[in-house]
This record gives sequence, structure tokens and C-alpha cells, in this order.
Amino acid sequence: MTSPSLTDTPPPPAGNDVHSAVSGKAVRPGDRIFLGFSRGSGIALLVIMAAIAAFLTYRSVLAISGDKANFFTTLDWNPTGVEPKFGIAVLAFGTAVSSVIAMAIAVPVAVGIALFISHYAPRRLASPLGYVIDLLAAVPSIIYGLWGALFLVPHLTGLYSWFDDYLGWTGIFAYGDGAARSLFTVGILLAIMILPIVTSVSREVFLQVPKMHEEAALALGATRWEVIRMSVLPFGRSGVISASMLGLGRALGETMAVATVLSPSFLINTSLLDPGGGTFAQNIASKFSEADEFGQDALIASGLVLFVITLLVNGAARLIIARRKEYSGANA
Amino acid sequence: MAKRIDVSGLSAYYGNHKAIDDISMTVEPRSVTAFIGPSGCGKSTFLRTLNRMHEVTPGGHVEGKVMLDDENLYGSGVDPVAVRRTVGMVFQRPNPFPTMSIFDNVAAGLRLNGSYKKSELKDIVEKSLKGANLWNEVKDRLNKPGSGLSGGQQQRLCIARAIAVEPQVLLMDEPCSALDPISTLAIEDLIGELKERFTIVIVTHNMQQAARVSDRTAFFNLAAVGQPGKLIEIDETERIFSNPSVQATEDYISGRFG
Repeated sequence: MTSPSLTDTPPPPAGNDVHSAVSGKAVRPGDRIFLGFSRGSGIALLVIMAAIAAFLTYRSVLAISGDKANFFTTLDWNPTGVEPKFGIAVLAFGTAVSSVIAMAIAVPVAVGIALFISHYAPRRLASPLGYVIDLLAAVPSIIYGLWGALFLVPHLTGLYSWFDDYLGWTGIFAYGDGAARSLFTVGILLAIMILPIVTSVSREVFLQVPKMHEEAALALGATRWEVIRMSVLPFGRSGVISASMLGLGRALGETMAVATVLSPSFLINTSLLDPGGGTFAQNIASKFSEADEFGQDALIASGLVLFVITLLVNGAARLIIARRKEYSGANA
Repeated sequence: MAKRIDVSGLSAYYGNHKAIDDISMTVEPRSVTAFIGPSGCGKSTFLRTLNRMHEVTPGGHVEGKVMLDDENLYGSGVDPVAVRRTVGMVFQRPNPFPTMSIFDNVAAGLRLNGSYKKSELKDIVEKSLKGANLWNEVKDRLNKPGSGLSGGQQQRLCIARAIAVEPQVLLMDEPCSALDPISTLAIEDLIGELKERFTIVIVTHNMQQAARVSDRTAFFNLAAVGQPGKLIEIDETERIFSNPSVQATEDYISGRFG
């Protein structure tokens, strides 16, 4: 490749010659097609989103206006009666509690695994381990559900009795007997299910920590753990938050696994270990096939609430990340 | 405060590849020693063996001895982490901790080494920033992130961070190569002040810089690409730049190669 020097350039053609070196159509057909295609895709996305929102809102309004009880506080789900009464209190409680339990278990463990893969494990072990983690993310949720119902539930009763003996006085860890088909079990199962996604996103972020940040800590005489604390975790913080939100999104919306494990009831138990409760997604899945049209409207209304909650969670995550931007590694 | 470095028979490897071969030299305390030489001659690798940063690279290992006064840095029972607390380092690209404030950056090394009272910490941070000629520029914004400073200021912040823990030796790996001439001048002036207190070793690609700041200069070279780098000679800077004893040094200095 030689760059043309000034002397090579042919003399510019005279006047208004349309065949001059720089003449031509300003817009080429390829550009026009691609512009149209990408603009169309963008618009289509917005239209689909708007259509979903309009549909959900319309059916929800029908349901809520037909509800003879308070939609947000009622501890019952009976849209088929003469006086339809239903509310989302139990579902909101169950969804929030099981997701919080899942996050509390999964995020620390996931960060630990991700750090092990990215900074501790010898290279020969690290890549197969990462591969196994990615594989776990591909397991269908019904498989987790079956495993949870057939293995986890019977094996957790021992742990729950132990909780009852030592923490039973708190009320939230009281346990009688019976199958461990409780929100706590659901939380544990959800934790296992979101572990792979949180781990693999966190690992990617930890692997991207610039060498020079780690060397800065090393050169000050930091041990491996101190390097992680001073350089890796601060750099990866927003990534871990995003990863957690991805996991939380999955936990909030998880349907089949919850429906398989939980024994649903429209009660708010003081103890997390008692069977019963429900979540938005589980409730929709288990009631939808038998619901009449108004029953479907009621379920759609609860789905809309879940939708809004997911949006709020995402918004909150973005806010956290944006607020830390000045201190993030991005501008270094 | 400042210690003598005595290297004998030092070779460094990346896996099976020998990067530097059988280097012996003495670095005098309270002086500036500059390493010059063409790219790939192993001067940065050699610098990183002096605080055991070389072995952080996967596959990196070392043969030979580095004596810091009377202690072998590669002796058995020597903790590399402790070595790096004694031998500080400043890097080619300024690397303040991006999530920490200016104050916390300077205090980072101190917090690793032990617990200090808040007032002690404040005094040391102020002293270090003054020592790095940065205090007047940042004293009103110590709580702002260090990554908001200019490149030259960031590099001086890194120097302040390194000297805050009072190391015996300060290693600088091309500290000015990412900076503009004015910031470079500021760092060079600072090096002149710091050598009163520390033993300084600086790698540089800029021969004028070596001539300006150093007392002694070591010239490294390699026989061919892929061959290990060797120390050609080390002498008073004035001699190296006026009347070196090896022809290759003269060729390099006068720009005949490299």
C-alpha cells in the first residue's frame, strides 16, 4: 500500500463536469436499504412493546374494575365467584421473599466462584470450570423443578428441623413438620438456578480488569486477596450489579421450577419454612388453563404488576451503576 | 532509608524463553540509575525482577541473586509481598486506583501495611503529596477521584502513593512515556528531589532524559530478536554519553542503531 502523494494526483477536471472525481449520488442504494431496515427494526420493537403494554393494561383495567376487593391487599384469589375477590398481596410477598433469599445465597457464592475462576484457579482448571458453569445455565428450568421437588424437598427437612431448634424463636425460622415445600426451599432452588448466569457475567467482568490496576496494588505490596479488594472488586462492581439484576430478573419470573416445588396457598406465613405461599409467575401458570375470561384478566393484571416490578428493579440497577460512574474504571 | 542493590548472575525467563541473561550490577543508594537500550532488550524485565514483579506474569521465573544491602530478595523464606512493600514501583501508564479518591490512593499502601490514626494518615498523605509536588494542585479536592486528574498529575499521584510507604528503593518503568513535555519536566524535577531520600532506578527510552536525570546509566542490548537481553555496560552517566568503553553503546547513543 502506498499512499498517493500530491504529485500523483491527476489535475482536477474543469468546471461542472459531472464525471469529476468527487461527483456522484450522495446516497447509495446499499446505505438506503440498510438505513430503512435498521430504522424499521427499531420502530417494530417499539410498536411490539407498546402493543404488549396496551394489551396488558387494557385487560388489567377490566380485571381491577371488576374486583370487589382491594387488588393490592387482599389475601385471596377468587375471580370466579359472584362477588369476584382477588388480590396480589400473597403473590407479591412470595415473589419478593423467594427472590431475596435466592439473591442472598446466590450472589456471594457466584462472586466467589467467579473470582476463583478468574484469579485463583490454575489455568488448566479455570477454563473447564467456566465451561461447566455456562452449561448449567442451559439446563431447562423444569429439570431444576423436578430435581427440587424429588431431591431437594425431602433432603431439606433435616436442615429445617435444625433451623427450628436454634432459630425457631425468631418466628421466621419456625418449622413444624411436613414436606419442605416452602418459600425458603423455592429460594434455595432459585439460587441454584441463577448461580450460573451471575457467575459467568461476573467472571467476564473480573477477567477484564486492566492488568495495570492489578499491578498498581501488587506493587504496593498487596496480597492476592488485597489485589482483589483494591482493584478487581471496585472495577467489577457495576458488572456484578448488572449480573445480579439479570439473575434477579430470572428469579422474579421463574415459573415451572417454582410451580413444581411450592405447595401453593393463599396465605402469608410468618415462617419462611412453612409450606404455602405463591409467586406471580407460579400463580399464573397453575391457574391460567382453568380460568374463564375474567379469571384470565385477573391473572394478566398480576402479570402486569410483575412487569412493573421487573422494570423498577432494572431502573434501580441502572441508577446504582450511573451514580458510581465517576468512580468506575471506565474513565481511567 | 535508601539501600544499595547488588545483582549477581541474574537471568529471567518467561516459561522456557530466556529474556535476560546473567546480569550483574550494583545500584548505589541515594542516586538515580537509568536503564537504556533498544526495545525488547529486557530492561523493563530486569527492573521488574528487582521487586519480584516479574514472577507475577504466568511462567515468569528468575535465577540468580538480588541483594538489598545484605538480604537476598530471592532467598528462601523471603515473602515477595514484603519485598514489594520495600521496593516501590511507578509504571509506564499512570494507574491510580480509579474507584478511590486522591486521598485514598495515597493512603492505599499505608492501609495495607497497618493501622494508622486518622491524623497520622492525614499527615503522611500531605507529606507524600508535597513530596510528589502535587499538594498545591489537589489540596482542595482530596476527596475527588484520582482518575479525574490530568495524566501528569496522575503520574505524580502514583509517585506520591509509592513514596507514602517510605520504600527503600523506587523503580520507575518509563514513567514519562505517556506524558507531555511539561509534565515530563515536572516528573524529572521530582526525580532530582527524590534521590535525596531514595535509591531510584528508571527505565527510559529517552536518552536525553537519562542524561538529564541519572547519575549512572546502564546500557542493555540484545544480539538478535529472540535472543536474551544482556547488560553491555554500566558507568557514570557522563562517561556513557561522552566516552563509553563499548562500541555498541556509542553506536546506540549516537543513533547509529536502535
